[in-house]
Amino acid sequence: MTLAEVVLSVMFLGLIAYGVFGGADFGAGIWDLLAGGTRRGGPQRGLIERSIAPIWEANHVWLIFVLVVLWTAFPGAFAAVVTTLYIPLTLAAFGMIARGAAFAFRKSVTTLGMRRSLGACFALSSLVTPYFLGAVVGGVASGRVPPGIAAGDVVTSWVNPTSVLGGVLAVLVCAYLAAVFLCADARREGTDDLAGQFRLRGLATAAVTGAVGIAGLFVLRADARQLFDGLTGRALPVVALSVVAGVAALGLLAARRYVPARAASALAVTAILVGWAVAQYPYVLVPELTIEEAAGGRSTLVAMLVALLGGSVVLLPALVYLYVLFQRAPRHDAAEPAAPGAVTS
Amino acid sequence: MDPSVLLADAAENLYPARMQMALSLGWHIVFACFGVAFPLITVVAEWLGHRRGDAALAGLAHTWAKAMGVLFAAGAVSGTLLSFEMGILWPGLMDRFGEVYGFPFVLEGFAFFIEAIFVGVYLFGWDRLSPRAHMLSAVPMIISGMAGAFFVVAANAWMNNPTGFGLDEEARVVDAQPWAAMFGPSTWPQVVHMLLAAYMVTGFTIASVYAVGMLRGRRDHRHRAGLLLPLALAAALTPVQIGVGDWIANTVADNQPVKLAAMEAQYETTAGASLSLGGVYVDDELRYALEIPNGLSLLIHHDPDGVVQGLEEVPADERPPVNVVHLAYNAMVGLGTALLLLAGWLGWVWWRRRRIPGTPWFLRAVAVSGVAAVVAMEAGWITTEVGRQPWTVYGILRTADAVSPAPGLYLGFYAVVVVYVLLTVLTVVVLRRLAHSSTTPAPQERDAPPPDRDAGEVALR
Ligand code: HDD
Ligand code: HEM
Ligand code: HEM
Repeated sequence: MTLAEVVLSVMFLGLIAYGVFGGADFGAGIWDLLAGGTRRGGPQRGLIERSIAPIWEANHVWLIFVLVVLWTAFPGAFAAVVTTLYIPLTLAAFGMIARGAAFAFRKSVTTLGMRRSLGACFALSSLVTPYFLGAVVGGVASGRVPPGIAAGDVVTSWVNPTSVLGGVLAVLVCAYLAAVFLCADARREGTDDLAGQFRLRGLATAAVTGAVGIAGLFVLRADARQLFDGLTGRALPVVALSVVAGVAALGLLAARRYVPARAASALAVTAILVGWAVAQYPYVLVPELTIEEAAGGRSTLVAMLVALLGGSVVLLPALVYLYVLFQRAPRHDAAEPAAPGAVTS
Repeated sequence: MDPSVLLADAAENLYPARMQMALSLGWHIVFACFGVAFPLITVVAEWLGHRRGDAALAGLAHTWAKAMGVLFAAGAVSGTLLSFEMGILWPGLMDRFGEVYGFPFVLEGFAFFIEAIFVGVYLFGWDRLSPRAHMLSAVPMIISGMAGAFFVVAANAWMNNPTGFGLDEEARVVDAQPWAAMFGPSTWPQVVHMLLAAYMVTGFTIASVYAVGMLRGRRDHRHRAGLLLPLALAAALTPVQIGVGDWIANTVADNQPVKLAAMEAQYETTAGASLSLGGVYVDDELRYALEIPNGLSLLIHHDPDGVVQGLEEVPADERPPVNVVHLAYNAMVGLGTALLLLAGWLGWVWWRRRRIPGTPWFLRAVAVSGVAAVVAMEAGWITTEVGRQPWTVYGILRTADAVSPAPGLYLGFYAVVVVYVLLTVLTVVVLRRLAHSSTTPAPQERDAPPPDRDAGEVALR
């Protein structure tokens, strides 16, 4: 592996983390949207709220991480992608603002109307943001972003069959991941009926996602030949791994083994992303710009690796601590509304 | 696409892109200040509360922690838009120089990550961790907030004083040295000035909230403590900030003489230049200004007869918009001086009588000090950023060459205005709500009731 490839791989790890953790957060918002009326959807919304409240901000930084590594180590490719695809990216950024702000603030407001509209804002933006991000991936993967500043078509680069596929798949995958993750959260809280509801949803989304994935292969064959060849050629083992992990996750979910189901579904999603990377290798921007051509100078890449290593030494323990702290929080703990009167005078 | 069409688009994009960048940054920076400085102030209150067994202080700390959570969330979402905008609006900058100065942003990413994690831990752990563990969990937040500010401001300092790379004959970057680029001549003065500004903004703003409460007659212990603690910190830092202001002004004089000339609206290169306050700059001349003879030379060179370069040294198309820079600079210095007087007042009375000054005028002054500090900070940034024009990378890359030529980009500006107006309204509503009811949960808290049958209604009540 060359230095540039190492740096790109590390960036890709960030992308995978965003796909899995951020994806599950988005998906939770999608289920919030589909939870039904205020009264009926209450318990589900409560579960969603509790499982993402403490971590959504941290999960979200993975995306920032991907952006900054790209713009420092692969500045030309970054400039090409964000200028050609600026419309879906701006919309995705607005979606993130709307989502973050609405989620963060909705529990602090008390009037029913405002709470409802913020809730709707949160849920809707959870749906559209992954769509736009998926459309961006579709645009890049189908070779619609040529090198150069705003050199591609600012509309057709993201309004095209592969982008639509990417967007739809992104939404489905988020929903699927969230359903599986929420099953385990519900069980930990001891609410098995909620776990059962999300189990059904997980199974149903998995079926839909699988069907769309298979149909998608035909779309890719017609619209993004190079990607299709890569996926069915060099990347075939990874794609196969994704299918196996997906099926395993289904089985585990059906058997109500929620924690291993979580791992298997995360593996399935990881494998899809890796499959994309392998299929497109060695290009950053198919079919013109290779990784080596796009990379910045050697000192930059070395500095980057040092920073990434040093940073992870600090970051990973902190992240693990965060997850452990929340996962361990016992049920009765969530049940007590943190006795506010005790400390606030 | 036909290149002339692209260039036309770029020209159309330039002004709205600048305004969009300015709006997003100017908004974000206010929240960033709280992200940097609020954790320390909160944990000091928490610590004092524990040590003295003072329930009012502990209560203040809890309210502040929640407010911090709200402000942090607003800062985080607005920051996300910024990272997109850096590329969407200024590809000419990122494409050419990303490998040189993008590096601090990577480190900044780590700093924000740590901060986001520990904000979550701190709020979540309020009653769940032991007091000691809880207060310790604030330490990473304090450090990473400062580190994050260092990295972003270092990136900005590089744009003011680009170092750490070479250019070949075709003006392409060769030999990028990101570490060297991060420690250019402007970095330390800018970082220190910004960190102090963050603490001042936060301290004065919190104090002003309680000053308003006291003016409305709520003079209990909680209000006094809520006023005094942040105010004392901010007041202590104000004189330091003004000293650092002198340092940063000297750095600008050495490295960006045109910016300094614009700050002072000085057209001619002069020995023994006078310091001008206020006024309007028309036809290469500053009118209606208050002049302090030899003041400028004295300040810049610490010598009444030192030579100060004027705007005439460079062609007209390399000069920034003088009025904006001059007035913004005067506003910052003026407000800084006013805050110094306020700090002196507090210090004097405290020294003589061990209490806060009793007159309502003092409370009124504190009540406006928060706004004054925010305006001073914004004015400082306008000085820095507009004073750098027409350059994005000083002396090397023009802003007009950095902007994206993508068609329709300018429409984004209107959308951003709408988004920020809504976000501002929302943040204010939530903060007011927090001020009125201390049980309002913060965004990172997880104290919603458990999922029993009627949880939906409980949550809605
Ligand atoms: C509470 C805020 C505050 C206060 C009271 C002051 N400043 Fe300031 N100033 C800032 C907040 C700030 C800032 C917003 O933080 C800036 C913008 C960029 C930077 O690094 O700091 C800044 C920039 C800035 C610059 C431009 C630096 C550059 O372009 O690189 C100069 C010359 C000064 N300041 C000088 C002063 C002086 C002489 C002050 C004395 C009264 C002063 N500042 C008070
Ligand atoms: C002087 C300038 C700046 C300072 C001091 C600063 C500081 C901060 C701080 C402390 C945070 C954490 C959130 C908070 O506490 O509110 C934050 C968030 C963020 N900032 Fe800034 N910032 C500055 C400018 C910028 C710029 C120029 C960019 C991008 C180009 C940027 C991008 C971000 C991003 C992406 C986040 C969100 C990170 C997250 O999700 O946690 N900031 N900033
Ligand atoms: C510390 C991180 C910051 C970075 C990296 C940064 C970067 C930039 C960039 C890339 C531009 C556009 C190109 C240019 O006009 O030169 C810009 C413009 C601008 N920024 Fe900053 N900025 C920072 C902080 C701030 C803050 C906190 C403010 C607060 C008000 C601010 C105000 C402005 C303004 C007013 C402009 C437009 C200047 C003009 O075009 O006349 N900046 N900045």
